[in-house]
Amino acid sequence: MRRQPRLAPGPDRAAGCALRRLTLTNFRSYGDFRLETEAAAVVLTGPNGVGKTNILEAISLLTPGRGLRGARLQAIGRRDGPGGWAAAATVEGPLGTAMLGVGADAVQDGSSRKVQVDGEPAKGQTALAERLAAVWLTPQMDRLFVDGADERRRYLDRLAATFDPAHIGRTTAYRNAMRQRLALLKEGGADARWLDALEAEMAARGVAVAAARAEAAHRLDHAAADGVTAFPRAAVQVVGLVEDLLADGPALRAEDALRARLAADRRRDGDAGVTDAGPHRSDMAVVDRASGMAAADGSTGEQKALLVSLTFAAARMVARAIGMAPLLLLDEAAAHFDPVRRDALFDEALALGGQLWVSGADAGQLAPLSGRADWLTLGQSGDRAIIT
Amino acid sequence: MPAPAVERLIQQLARLPGLGPRSARRAALHLIQRPEAALSPLLRALADVQDTVRTCSQCGNIDGRDPCEICRDPERDATALCVVERVGDLWAFERAGAFRGRYHVLGGVLSALDGVRPEDLAIDGLIRRASAPGLTEVVLATNATLDGQTTAHYLAERLAPTGVAVTRLAHGMPVGGELDYLDDGTLATALRLRRPIER
Ligand SMILES: [Zn+2]
Repeated sequence: MRRQPRLAPGPDRAAGCALRRLTLTNFRSYGDFRLETEAAAVVLTGPNGVGKTNILEAISLLTPGRGLRGARLQAIGRRDGPGGWAAAATVEGPLGTAMLGVGADAVQDGSSRKVQVDGEPAKGQTALAERLAAVWLTPQMDRLFVDGADERRRYLDRLAATFDPAHIGRTTAYRNAMRQRLALLKEGGADARWLDALEAEMAARGVAVAAARAEAAHRLDHAAADGVTAFPRAAVQVVGLVEDLLADGPALRAEDALRARLAADRRRDGDAGVTDAGPHRSDMAVVDRASGMAAADGSTGEQKALLVSLTFAAARMVARAIGMAPLLLLDEAAAHFDPVRRDALFDEALALGGQLWVSGADAGQLAPLSGRADWLTLGQSGDRAIIT
Repeated sequence: MPAPAVERLIQQLARLPGLGPRSARRAALHLIQRPEAALSPLLRALADVQDTVRTCSQCGNIDGRDPCEICRDPERDATALCVVERVGDLWAFERAGAFRGRYHVLGGVLSALDGVRPEDLAIDGLIRRASAPGLTEVVLATNATLDGQTTAHYLAERLAPTGVAVTRLAHGMPVGGELDYLDDGTLATALRLRRPIER
């Protein structure tokens, strides 16, 4: 814990991160973009397609993971540009000021992300996590509750990674072992001892993955239960076979049980071409805490409101886990709400303690932030930002 | 534009691990401009390697003799075998002076997606050596990657009927870390703290 008592009188008041300068080079629509900010909030407005989300994406890429679009590194370089790209920022946080940079080279298979901290190459993304965290809400997440469980697992995985940096590596290894086992089952006649070995790895990593997700859901649920909010509170739980096994007994027994299940399922999994049991089938269940209604059963408006409160809960959870309130990135989040809810949205977002970044095509909807934010109107030229 | 022969040299150099096109051009220039000091000795060294170096038929090490110096050395502890993925890993152990027994180089790890199967690795030879009288312990020193761990598990099952003690390097290896890059002290510690593998 790096919480600084002087700055953090309560659990929700961890010192927040803020960007002071952002520089983009050959990033999506931007050739060379630079922005300096001082306020607790930054508003990005301008017509659709002008590149507001690109700026938020660049910020999200300064934290571990693939950013708010989940993009491949090669897809980020400016079209008709040299191929490589970079995003850099001066970041203020509880540890002081740091300069973070991420980017990829122009080479064809430039699939490895380059990370720099204070001008020195850093070994991995975890170096970023010490200096900056971000939580975001984008229009792509509007269907989080109704679409497949995949997105919801990814959502939890990202939160789990904030307190358990090894989590993402374990999910990748689990999936890799699962694919290998399935490949052997499909072609048939595989060495049973090879399958044993893969299933042992799947069980060990799968149970660890499920445990970290359960912990993330538990913390998120806690964070959703408190705080003053005008939005419906969510209750969060992760459900699935491995979660049930973990609830029933110690992790080692869950591992043995998953291993036995996988061994018993070989014929069936091979025939079906899918793995029936494992944490890749788990789901994050979100309900309205007051009414008990499943989030997916709510109207579009109700879902959006629940999503906002879940996002705020995630920000509180991250702040508690790492002692630093994350940046909050809200992409077109105000559009669904009436003026009263919009006021609440911005007030509550600012109260979380991290710098708030808000984008919206309709500047009028962002008016509650005027006087509290650096205001950036993006023109069609993209590169030319006018701060007003 | 360099002459075709020079271009071919640059291309060959650029295919070496750790050398990109730019460093390959620098290396080629360096060689060409110093025929006596650099080019001839390199040519001789390459020819020597081609003529004399072979793979040890017992352990898979690369050496001037077959069996290799390690397999011939009577001072080596004949009760213990250390299984590594690649010759580079064997050399890392030797640099660290961490292991007094002999080695067995697998030649890779199992990978269903890359099409590396048990028969593609030096596993039959390992079982044979592990079954030899006097051998009491096999240390599995595959990398801490998923494929490295899976392979270790698999080998533990294959080795079970031989009755030898099968151990695994202590944890603490970075995931995805390769033995070759670990510093000598880390390697010695991982070896000293090795423990029986759970099957
Ligand atoms: Zn040898």
